[in-house]
Order: sequence, then C-alpha cells, then structure tokens
Amino acid sequence: MAINWFKYSAPSAFYNLAGKVIPWFAVPATILFVAGIYTGFFVAPSDAQQGEAYRIIFIHVPASILSMFLYLVMAAYAALGLIFNTRLSSMMATALAPTGALFAFVSLWTGAFWGKPMWGAWWVWDARLTSELILLFLYFGFIALHASIDDVRRADRAAALLAIVGAVNVPIIYFSVRWWNTLHQGATIKFTGTSMHIAMQQAMFMLLLAGWLYAVAVTLFRVRSIILEREKNTRWVAELVEVQQ
Amino acid sequence: MKKLALGELLFLVIWRDLVLAMRRRADVLTTLVFFMMVVSLFPLGVGPELDMLRKMAPGVLWVAALLASMLSLGRLFSADYLDGTLEQMMLAPQSLSVLVLGKMIAHWLVSGFPLVLVAPVLGLQFDMSAQSLLVLIAGLLLGTPILSMVGSIGAALTLGLRGGGVLLSLLVLPLCIPVLIFGTSAVEAVSSGLSVVSNLSLLAALLVLALLFTPWVSAQALRISME
Repeated sequence: MAINWFKYSAPSAFYNLAGKVIPWFAVPATILFVAGIYTGFFVAPSDAQQGEAYRIIFIHVPASILSMFLYLVMAAYAALGLIFNTRLSSMMATALAPTGALFAFVSLWTGAFWGKPMWGAWWVWDARLTSELILLFLYFGFIALHASIDDVRRADRAAALLAIVGAVNVPIIYFSVRWWNTLHQGATIKFTGTSMHIAMQQAMFMLLLAGWLYAVAVTLFRVRSIILEREKNTRWVAELVEVQQ
Repeated sequence: MKKLALGELLFLVIWRDLVLAMRRRADVLTTLVFFMMVVSLFPLGVGPELDMLRKMAPGVLWVAALLASMLSLGRLFSADYLDGTLEQMMLAPQSLSVLVLGKMIAHWLVSGFPLVLVAPVLGLQFDMSAQSLLVLIAGLLLGTPILSMVGSIGAALTLGLRGGGVLLSLLVLPLCIPVLIFGTSAVEAVSSGLSVVSNLSLLAALLVLALLFTPWVSAQALRISME
C-alpha cells in the first residue's frame, strides 16, 4: 500500500489532524510534569556538595536541551519550506520559534538562580550560559525578521534563510565562545561526572519528556491558529464548525 | 553586446560602487567619524587609567568596528534597490553571486578598510604596544571583510523593510560574535606572550568560509527580497 506522505502537508488536512492529536501530547505532558516535579523536589535526595539548590537543574537542563534542539527543528522546517515550497513547513517553523525562545529564556533564568548560590553571582560569563544567550538573540532575530515583513510568503522565505544561516553558525559560535572563555578565566565550576542518584535521573528524564511533549502540543496549537489566520479566505475555513459559531 | 566575463564583471561592479561612494564622500566619512567617536568615548566613560585602557583596547576597537560596519550596511543594496538598478543587475545573464561579491568587496574598501587604517592611531590613544597594534591590524584586515560579507546577508534580507537598520543589527550582530572573539583574543594573546597564529588562522579560515558561501547566500536573500 502506498502511503501518501504529502496528505498532511496540506494545511486543511493538517489542521484537523493537529486538533485531534493535541490532547495526546498535552495530557501526558501535564502528568509527566507533575510527576517529574514531585520526584525532583520531594523524592530525590539533596546533593552532597550543592545541597537543595541543585534541584533547579530539573528545570534548567531540560529547558536548555529543548531550546537548542528546537532551534535545529525550526531550521529544518524552515529549510523544508524553502526547498519544497510547502506552506505548512514554514508555518511550523514560525510556530516553533516562540516556544524555543521561551525555553532559552527559562534556561537563562534558572541558570541565574542556580548561579547565585553556586557561583555567588547571578551571571557568570560561562561558555554555556553565553551561548544560550546568543541562541536567544538568534531566536529574537528570526521572530523579528518574520514580524517585520508584511508579505507572509516573503517573510517565510527570508526567515528560513536566516534560520539556516544561524544553524550553520551555531557550532562556530559555540566553539568560539568556549575558547574565549577558557582563555579568559580557566575552568569554572562544572558538574563532575559523579553518578547521579536514580531518582534524580528519573526526575530529569520525566521533565525532559514533559518539556518535549509540551513543545509539540503548544506548537501544534499555535500552528492551528496560524493556519486559520493565513487561510481565512478559503472555503474550508469558512465551513469549519468553530468558525461558523 | 558581448557578454562580460566574470572577472570583468566583478571589476566593473567594484569600480562602479567605488565611484559612487566617492561622489558621496560624506557617507564614507560618517562611518569613519562614528568609529573614531565611539572609540574615544570609552576612556571618558571608564576613566583615564592607562593599565585598564590598554587591557580594553582590542575589545573597544573591535566592537566599535562592528557597530560602524552595521551603520554602513544599510546602504549596501538600498540605493540600487530604490532607483531600480538592483532589478536590472538581477536580470543580467551573469551570476548574481559574483555581482554580490563585487558589492561586498566595494563595501569593505569603502567602509571596512578606512577603519583598519585609522585603528592604529586610535590604538595609540589606548597606549597599545607596537606589537599589539600590528596584530590588531592583521586581525582587522582579516576580520572586517567577514563583517561586510556576513552583514550583506542581513542587508539583503531586510531590503526595503521599515525599521531596517535596527533589525539588520539584530540579525547580524550575533552572527559576528566569532569574528569579535578571535580578533580580540589574538591581541590579548600577543600581550600575554602567547602565539597569535591560532587566532589569526581561525580568522583566516572564517574569511575563506565566508568568501565561499556568503555571496551565494546573499544572492538567494536578494532573490527572496526582490520577487
């Protein structure tokens, strides 16, 4: 049986599919979030060196991982949109950007909270923190460029090109920042690879999964709004039950 | 009319842009004066202690160069875009990438190269040693063309947009961070007695990469903006 892979690249088909699958991501995300927070804050033991303050990493690490991962996903969707000229891919890229920026911001925020008791300063020019900040700037650039072009198709393509250039640049930026950092101040306090407690691992894993599911659910939700906004003059949108009401 | 060879075309574009820039000398000078002003403001802001100034000098000069190049990037394509020349250029049978490369080189000659020339004088204000100055100039020579080239992508993407200038900086500045880091690290390396080869080699590598890819990416960006 030949599967029609492109069936759901049509916004009208995808709109319905997304509407159906959102609960399948949103509900597990909520459950895992609650379970992960509970395990992280009540079950996991306090750290020998860092006391209770280490618990911020249960939020911080998943947020950092997702902020980087989502940028790549966004760039991939943008590239798809640019190459195959599929409208939906560009919409997905646009829908992913705010979530990615949010995770980058959360990562920086929690990083500052962790840094205050650990390093004694809200902000340290640590290589990873700095790269995360730059990543946030890249997200802002993408969003700002997309927002300032009125013609949606041009905005999609221009922002896509920017996302690809950004994705190519990210490794260069990361390594340059790392070398810059080692030249300036040597090694800062790092997590040495002490084996993590099993409850810590579970909490981290659950929250990572929760963040991932949340990102999918929110992106699908946002892309549905974007589809409605852009296709508002089509007949299938006019025939939708929720539009007619 | 015979079709121009690529080399001829490149030369022609550079020559044309240089002539145009010379007709509007004020634009070129504004960038240069801006650069000198920003650099001179720093000692006023942080105090005249020579020890600190010597330490800050490479960073200040590089950041000022970065900002100055942002200032002039907006003009890279906009004049040609407004009077329709750019559209004609895109219709030319030759590769658009080469045309864009020509414009990048001209932009660097007009706005990047003068900065490199005045940088040593400004460096003296910060009491930099001759050796450091030499490395600074070498770094700027390698680095400022990258700023022009990477910046041209942003300039092409923001062509004809409202608030283009600020947006352009927002897009391009994060991408220029590696250049800034390697450029300043080279000077710091020489003042702390380390080898400068690694940083300058990395800058040169970035320059080669930029030369390879940015003309093509910029050309694509122009196509997106012009359609």
